[in-house]
Amino acid sequence: MVGLEHYLSLAAGLFVIGIFGLFLNRKNVIILLMSVELMLLSVNINLIAFSRFLGDSVGQVFTLFVLTVAAAEASIGLAILVSFFRNRGSIDVEDVNVMKG
Amino acid sequence: MSVADFAFYAFALIVLVGGLFTVVSRHPVHSVLWLITAFIGATGLFVLLGAEFIAMLLMIVYVGAVAVLFLFVVMMLDVDFAALRAGMAEYLPIGLLIGVILLMELGMIYGVWQFADGAEAARAAVTPPLEQVENTAALGMLIYDDYILLFQLAGLILLVAMIGAIVLTLHHRPNIKRQNVVAQMHRDPASSIELKDVKPGQGL
Repeated sequence: MVGLEHYLSLAAGLFVIGIFGLFLNRKNVIILLMSVELMLLSVNINLIAFSRFLGDSVGQVFTLFVLTVAAAEASIGLAILVSFFRNRGSIDVEDVNVMKG
Repeated sequence: MSVADFAFYAFALIVLVGGLFTVVSRHPVHSVLWLITAFIGATGLFVLLGAEFIAMLLMIVYVGAVAVLFLFVVMMLDVDFAALRAGMAEYLPIGLLIGVILLMELGMIYGVWQFADGAEAARAAVTPPLEQVENTAALGMLIYDDYILLFQLAGLILLVAMIGAIVLTLHHRPNIKRQNVVAQMHRDPASSIELKDVKPGQGL
């Protein structure tokens, strides 16, 4: 029987994979954003699992809001990425430290 | 092992493998495709957990919009991805170390974890039995009733994100000729046409 712990372990594994991705792809902003999406997905899995096993629907409402913020974050992040690439011709994070306006 | 258990392990495997290959793939396009795989696995998990509405939302919003947005940006930018992967082996040990430490910490938390005594009584919105109200209707009653303000604010967040993305990426190039419809419509024959009497053999 699959219980709450199974889902929590899965979400923990996915979260750690996301953090691992942040360290592994330190230069590529696109994959950094994807790692953040993975971490948010693991949070969503946690919320839905608690919602199911506690019998409380509020967890699903919160998931909806996390989903909203994640979508907004992805669109803004990619927009910043595109305009940064247009100005510098690179998406290396190391180049982002020069804020000359 | 029942069918539901088997489905859980299958979807969990899809999610974890998808997540791992998202992170370690050689090319960002492959990363995006693995990300889509992970999202589809998570959709299956949500259906298993009885949250069909969120599952379908994940499918539409993430697979349909966010992942395609990533794919679009990856393909639109002409980036030398091999150069970006140069220092990858350098960060592998520290990344693995921090990942393992974090996994151990989370494992220790889950080892001693239990619901509080009053957790059952403290539920804000008890899920109605599935025979009476299905998941989407129950969620709808909750969102449009108790959480209407948060729902509206979520819409506002999306609006601000949309405006922000447009403002960030829209730029007018100065030296490009554009059609000016108003100026075209306000031209009259008197100012734009001139009749000349051309003499034969001389030209203008």
